[in-house]
Amino acid sequence: MKNSRFLILGIFFAIVLSKTQAISWYRFYEMFTFQSFHMFGVIGSAVVISMVFMQLFKSGKIKDINGNKIVPKPKKKGIISTLLGGTLFGLGWGISGACAAPIFIILGFELIPALILLVGALLGAFIYGLCSKKLPN
Amino acid sequence: MDFILQPWPWYIGGPLIAISLLLYFYFGKNFGASTNFETLCTMVGAGKVSDYFKKDWKERDFALLFVIGLIIGGFIAAIYLIPNQAIDLNPKTVQELADLGFSNGGNQYFPNEIFGVEAFSSIKGFLILLVSGVLIGFGTRYAGGCTSGHAITGLSSLQLPSLLAVIGFFIGGIIATWYLIPLLF
Repeated sequence: MKNSRFLILGIFFAIVLSKTQAISWYRFYEMFTFQSFHMFGVIGSAVVISMVFMQLFKSGKIKDINGNKIVPKPKKKGIISTLLGGTLFGLGWGISGACAAPIFIILGFELIPALILLVGALLGAFIYGLCSKKLPN
Repeated sequence: MDFILQPWPWYIGGPLIAISLLLYFYFGKNFGASTNFETLCTMVGAGKVSDYFKKDWKERDFALLFVIGLIIGGFIAAIYLIPNQAIDLNPKTVQELADLGFSNGGNQYFPNEIFGVEAFSSIKGFLILLVSGVLIGFGTRYAGGCTSGHAITGLSSLQLPSLLAVIGFFIGGIIATWYLIPLLF
């Protein structure tokens, strides 16, 4: 199956985040209290190198596997949704030390707490789906 | 082999995250993680309750395989690749955490005070994890992305909504670590 390459990439990404400690509660605690450079280095260097890739996508120097131009999807606009949604996510991230991808990775480390986080996240996405039309953008 | 078992510094981890993004786009899809929360809702039948979830989840089979990979990779890392979970924390951080009641700061990835059996089997500890999860699921979907989709993909492609979202992530994260954690523990 051609999509199995995403399975391999998922395994790779999980190992990278685990080995670089970017799933550790302590690493995010020290990031939000500005007591260490580690996570800023991880995220900052990932963003800077990705910027170079984005330029290569834009200029067409790197095309996708089918030879098509790579165009990242534009993010939905909205000042309230991004700021308020971002803040709510930040609250959950700051308390639990988990962002979206790490929740799945942490299952391998701390199974039951990660399952509780995952059930919560699905519940949160479900609540968003129910009221998405009524929320300010 | 020795290198594999040591903790990786930021200048190895960051570039490898960027390479993961590159491969994800090279394989023809948009890099991100939090849309999967919606896809999983659709798979367990949320479409019966709300039209928002009436989507064909099979169109996101690639992302679900990525998620399965994340789970497998987490188990591989936890079981085989991290013989020592100790984290080299700033002594100031360790002291600060000790004052809050977090013992043995940084001797493993996850503090017992949140992830230990005694914590999650108490009502308070269970709710701390569940509500954090709800905030993560709701917040990422409302904002339209998480650390992967906004902070890495969005910032690197110079998208303004992602900058606002990341500012939000930090407002929330700072409120949580500076004010809520001392209140909760």
